[in-house]
Amino acid sequence: MDPEARKVVEMGYGGSERLTMNMGPQHPSAHGVFRAILTLEGETVVGVDAVIGYLHRCHEKLGESLTYTQYPSIASKTDYVAAMTSELAYVRAAEIIGKIDVPKRAQYLRVIVAELQRIASHCLWLGTWCLDMGGALGGGATVFLYCIREREWVLDLFEALTGARLLYGFHQVGGVRYDIPAGWEQKVRETVALIDQRINEYEDMLESNAFFLARTQGVGVVSAELAQEVGISGPLIRGSGVSYDIRRLEPYSSYEDFDFKVPVESEGDCFARYRVRMVEFRESIKIVRQALDGLPAGPISSRPGVKSVGQVRIPKGEAYARVEGARGEVGCYLIADGSAKPYRMKWRGASFSNLAILPHIIPGTKVADVVAIMGSVDPVFGEVDR
Amino acid sequence: MPEPLYYAIAGFIVLNGVIGVVTYVTLLERKFAARMQSRVGPYRVGPHGLLQPIADALKLMMKEDVVPASADRPVYNLAPIVFLIPCMLIFATIPFAPGLGVADLNIGLLFFLAVSAMEIVGLFMGGWGSNNKYALLSAMRAVNQIISYDLPFIFACLIPVVLAGSLRLSDIAAAQHGLWFAFYPVFGWLGFVAYVIATLAAENRVPFDILEAESELVAGFRVEYSGMKFALIQLGEYAHMLATSFLGALLFLGAWSGPGPLWLGPVWFLVKAMVVFLLVTWVRWSFVRIRVDQILAISWKLLLPSTLILLMATALWVAWRSTAGA
Repeated sequence: MDPEARKVVEMGYGGSERLTMNMGPQHPSAHGVFRAILTLEGETVVGVDAVIGYLHRCHEKLGESLTYTQYPSIASKTDYVAAMTSELAYVRAAEIIGKIDVPKRAQYLRVIVAELQRIASHCLWLGTWCLDMGGALGGGATVFLYCIREREWVLDLFEALTGARLLYGFHQVGGVRYDIPAGWEQKVRETVALIDQRINEYEDMLESNAFFLARTQGVGVVSAELAQEVGISGPLIRGSGVSYDIRRLEPYSSYEDFDFKVPVESEGDCFARYRVRMVEFRESIKIVRQALDGLPAGPISSRPGVKSVGQVRIPKGEAYARVEGARGEVGCYLIADGSAKPYRMKWRGASFSNLAILPHIIPGTKVADVVAIMGSVDPVFGEVDR
Repeated sequence: MPEPLYYAIAGFIVLNGVIGVVTYVTLLERKFAARMQSRVGPYRVGPHGLLQPIADALKLMMKEDVVPASADRPVYNLAPIVFLIPCMLIFATIPFAPGLGVADLNIGLLFFLAVSAMEIVGLFMGGWGSNNKYALLSAMRAVNQIISYDLPFIFACLIPVVLAGSLRLSDIAAAQHGLWFAFYPVFGWLGFVAYVIATLAAENRVPFDILEAESELVAGFRVEYSGMKFALIQLGEYAHMLATSFLGALLFLGAWSGPGPLWLGPVWFLVKAMVVFLLVTWVRWSFVRIRVDQILAISWKLLLPSTLILLMATALWVAWRSTAGA
């Protein structure tokens, strides 16, 4: 934990009795396996110690021992809620080192799946966040089930495309592995149109609800300075008034071809982060539609189909590739030594960096706010622990 | 029939009736919630899931009864009973039709309010005796909340009392002949709204369910309970909810009055109670939970003053009406 935050906690000691309470690793609102050791004075949280690592699977070592052909399908297991983005980060790093061209059609397909994945991931975020605030036996569960229904449609699209619903293995070095099946484009258009309409319903249901506003507005405020200092990214930093989106700053995979807004809210509270993500839903839908309209013909990969796992060899060199995932900047640093496997791989997980904001904003809030803040940070522990 | 025997038989019938209705009320709520969430709900056990509550009850009875090693055993074991008894006792004063009730006391409403407030003792015992931090926090919240919301609840209940001029529940029901108090201009309307809000809080339903709060406190005061003890707590909670639904139907919706022969009275009463219950359920499944400090603020700054003013205004109106009429 940040020593500065710990000091603040000690200064806040008012002489009353304190209670140490474990929230997690097994807890209904832990979003995975996360342990927050809360120090309470009555209902007020005066200190939080975050314990991570329960889901560590040695991804960086796995990256060294699996070839460039094998690892992309394992990369999806870092952030399993938005698996497409981590695959993309890995193959991009390899492509940068090897100076491998990616055909335009493959780039557009990558954009389509990345944006559909963002929609699916935000659906899960909205549902679980409301579940945290509203309870599994209350209004939160209602929103959760609605959101899961929409997420299922997107997963159906992925299933039609790749044959998998959660971990895809869609990307490969030099392009993508599957072309879109017949009729898929039409299905995507119908699905996003329906989701577009449903988002309006959720906004009506939540934003005209005084209790929802009371729980989110002014809770967990992150200033722009703090956001930049801690290094959070994604919807979190955009909710704090910093326009930081890698799709815009450093366009990859033809993002410069598309017309989309980067939503920014200045309040920095849970409600601002909610607003950012709700606008992102619509922007993603816009991008998907543009990419489908402009989908060029041509090959989907610059390399021939894979015949053996050791087929792809990347020359000596190193590169960092970053993509804008649903939760923020997902980065992959690769050092290649000319063989079929990277010499070293390093992940930058968006959730891991975003989680670092918790000790700065949680002390001083109530227990109920902890789950609201945790939900608005939207961590995925597969990505935190890797 | 000798009087003690009458009470024994009536009490037996009411208690068992309540337990039977409570088990099916859970099914009603689950089906209702499922429709709200575009699901089907229980469907597998019996036709349309009609045997589901029985299966649930059997499952709970057969579960292992776990007592935490560090629990305060007497308090822990006693808590579900202490919690259940007041929740069942309040049915004693409710008349289900003219002359059909266990005891139609002349202070019926007072008895109801006093006994239903007793549930907090069992609740706190459960939270304290479990020796669990989640349960303790939940028990502390419960004391806060129930004390804050009992007053608005009582004031809302007193509005029909003032309008009817009696604390006896059958008199209040009879006074609504012709005009239900829920439709009584201004005082009745606002009183009914206040009653529903206070009921939500007094029943610990979302958005006021901070003492259960499973996303923060896992399951609140009953986190350590399992098997039959858990079932008793659950039964008490739903019985209390059913009782306040009946009370709402009696105080504001004209109790057993309705078209058809006299014997249909109890059926109408049950239907109206279910309307109140579903109203509460509807709110429950559409709102998010609010925070403990916000709950207290709503009670002390908003609900308590407004119900108090409404009660005084009703009293003044009734006094003026009687002097003007005389």
